[in-house]
Amino acid sequence: MAEKMTLIVFSGDMDKALAAFNLAIGAASIGMEVSMFFTFWGLNVIKKNEGPIKSKGIMRKMLNFMNRGGAKRLGLSKFHMFGIGKWMMGKLMKDTKSPSPQELMTIAHQAGVKFIACTNSMGTMGIGKDAFIPEVDTYGGVATYLADAKDGRINLFI
Amino acid sequence: MPIHQTANKLKELKTGQVLEVLASDEGIKEDAPAWCRTTGNEFLGMEEKDGEIKVYIKKTK
Repeated sequence: MAEKMTLIVFSGDMDKALAAFNLAIGAASIGMEVSMFFTFWGLNVIKKNEGPIKSKGIMRKMLNFMNRGGAKRLGLSKFHMFGIGKWMMGKLMKDTKSPSPQELMTIAHQAGVKFIACTNSMGTMGIGKDAFIPEVDTYGGVATYLADAKDGRINLFI
Repeated sequence: MPIHQTANKLKELKTGQVLEVLASDEGIKEDAPAWCRTTGNEFLGMEEKDGEIKVYIKKTK
């Protein structure tokens, strides 16, 4: 049986998502079975880029309006500067032919990396499955993550 | 993603065949031998010319 690697993607920052996907793809390329558990702000990484997010209640509506998410919209954890920093980083990445978070996500998915969305966070934030990209394989909670992590050779929190 | 592309390409080869990888990223010098160690393939060596790095990997698995 292949060795397992799990990643908890808690952060919704673009730079951290890049690191997470790079690690996942690298592990898959040495034949590891990789799963990524997206929780809390990390859910933003696997949200669709299009359409509004439907939710009930004024507080959740406000949260989901301000915290729209989608791989395209992720901000930098440092020097974001209302998007200027992100734009500059994007340009540097293009110039050096570094793949974007979306491209990395596609590569990871094709390499067999499993995407899990945290249902617990989804409940709190009032987001349904329709807010997420179709590449999400599983919707589950902490027990789903732990079942993978228990046999994990490498388990990371990002 | 040179290592990912290498891994994918190597899947298409038969055991005993050699893959030539062309990279511009310095990291390949450490990453290619490391990848070979973990996957059990043979690292044959590399050449560097005008900022381009050529790596040779023999599929042994």
